[in-house]
Amino acid sequence: MNEHLIIAPILIPFVTGALMLLYDDRQRREAKFWLSIVSAAAQLLIAVELVVRAKTGGDISDAEGISFYLLGDWAAPYGIVLVLDRLAAMMLVLTALLAIPSLVYAQAGWSRQGPHYYSLFQFLLMGLNGAFLTGDIFNLFVFFEILLAASYGLLLHGSGQLRVRAGMHYIAMNLAASLLFLIGVSLIYGVTGTLNMAHLANLISSVSVEDRPLLHAGVAVLAVAFLVKAGSWPLSFWLPTAYMAAAAPVGAMFAIMTKVGVYAILRLSMLLFGETGGPSAGFGANILIVLGMATVLFGLLGILASQGLGRMAAHSVLISSGTVLGITGFALAGGGPAMLSGALYYLIGSVLATGALFLLIEPMDREDGGIAAMLALTADAYGLDDSDLDEVPDAGLALPAMTVLGICFALCVLMLAGLPPLPGFIGKLAMVQALIAQTALPAGLAWAFIALLVVSGFATLVGMARIGIQTFWAGDSALPRVLALEIAPVVGLLVVLAFTSFKAEAMLRYTSGTAAALHDTVAYAYGVFATPRVADRPEEGAQP
Amino acid sequence: MEIILSAAIGILSASGIWLVLRPRSFQVVIGLCLLSYAVNLFIFSTGRLTPGAPPIMPKGGFIDPTLYADPVPQALVLTAIVISFATTALFLVVMIASRGMTGTDHVDGKERSQQ
Repeated sequence: MNEHLIIAPILIPFVTGALMLLYDDRQRREAKFWLSIVSAAAQLLIAVELVVRAKTGGDISDAEGISFYLLGDWAAPYGIVLVLDRLAAMMLVLTALLAIPSLVYAQAGWSRQGPHYYSLFQFLLMGLNGAFLTGDIFNLFVFFEILLAASYGLLLHGSGQLRVRAGMHYIAMNLAASLLFLIGVSLIYGVTGTLNMAHLANLISSVSVEDRPLLHAGVAVLAVAFLVKAGSWPLSFWLPTAYMAAAAPVGAMFAIMTKVGVYAILRLSMLLFGETGGPSAGFGANILIVLGMATVLFGLLGILASQGLGRMAAHSVLISSGTVLGITGFALAGGGPAMLSGALYYLIGSVLATGALFLLIEPMDREDGGIAAMLALTADAYGLDDSDLDEVPDAGLALPAMTVLGICFALCVLMLAGLPPLPGFIGKLAMVQALIAQTALPAGLAWAFIALLVVSGFATLVGMARIGIQTFWAGDSALPRVLALEIAPVVGLLVVLAFTSFKAEAMLRYTSGTAAALHDTVAYAYGVFATPRVADRPEEGAQP
Repeated sequence: MEIILSAAIGILSASGIWLVLRPRSFQVVIGLCLLSYAVNLFIFSTGRLTPGAPPIMPKGGFIDPTLYADPVPQALVLTAIVISFATTALFLVVMIASRGMTGTDHVDGKERSQQ
């Protein structure tokens, strides 16, 4: 049973989501909410258990804590494998940590604005978890499509002209990107004859000279598809509008969606073009660095130019994914694991903080009447009965709301701007230290990146402080009504952030182990083939 | 054979890209369809062109694999067709919703002259 835990983060949301489709939204909303929370909490517990396993090495895994799961018990390059390593486990925890507050927040009202919110949400989780776990590039495509299909539904959730327009752009962009994904995958298959990531990593150094440009073209096309998801600079113009238009809890969940693209790039580039890549080693590193820097620049200009908090939060998503992309490029070019470790730590913090920021937007901008007015507005369109509305706004806490909101907002800004004591500062510090120490690339490039990191933090501070002053100090005295259900998730996320900061040493140790494992691809590339099928395994090991 | 197939893929994707870049949402849908046809043909061709060869081997014994077609791209193409079909259908729904809400079929929801 123990070894099957790896597939649980995919199965749990799948079964939960499918089950909830059977029941009508209006009568069973409470039940659906609790079911979703239980499912997300189970995912969190399992993810934590998987982190422990990835850290210490599980029972059927080999060295360095990488566990493999052969789906359908097919031997390695023929069947699809799930791979659990430190990076995947970390991303699973991050997904679950973001999912629970977003679900709680949605219960305050957003989940009422359209059908099947909770099911779509679970399918999104399933796609995310699957994309993090899979070790097969075509399977990665399938999980990407699952999470994208769910995200289309969630983005359109609540309807309205802005959402439909942004949703149409988002869907068109992602459909085109999926087609590029397919072209890239099939080119890679055509050249190497395999779709298994570990097998690819083995074969990459022995591809013949005349086939190599074709392979590089395939990987580059694939990378473009990932860069669209990651919101890298020339491919990111759709992102701010789409994220701004999304309902608040959906926007919070979208904070991790760009990171799936970043994750895929990090995983595949380190695996294929790391030191074992032979003649292909370091392919695309310079482009990643330049794109990362351009993305950060675009994000920081966007923050300075934005008028609303929604657009600003969307641009801060761009800054965080640009930073990690750039560092991936540095690591690929031989910058060493230290900076990647800092970047991974920064990624955890920035995803949680942007998530919290998205949850803060709507309560901060709320005019009087608040959520009741908002609900009443869409009640006609969706045909809600009045009894549904009455129960909502009573739990509002009026007086301390402004203070709590202000403190939460200030903490988010501190995190995103990279000021101490929150993890943004520690992560950026680790990255800067490693960038100064590295010798593989010209120092000018590293200094340019450091400068961008610092300036982007400063721009975030300036832009967000402006919004904060407008909202909290210069606004008229009418206090917005905020539900406890809406502020609790934000506080929860900030507590997690504070915990990340408090436990920084342990977490940095974990991320530096992760970065080292990403550099040392041997365990990943050969472990799959050393994994015995259940049918071939000696009896005492087969009954855990 | 190779030339015909590659020309077909090239023409389909060229017209697809041109249509995707057009301002009318209907053109975008058709463009995405054409692009997905091109991609499906392309995936199919990565298994090499082997006319008249079955992809599934009969049971038992060693059989010369050169007499058979590669089954993996065919399986991939099936998955890709299903997924792009479903997402295109979803896109159509969103397109119709947008048309109903804005009264125009421009992808930005408003005509250029009104800006």
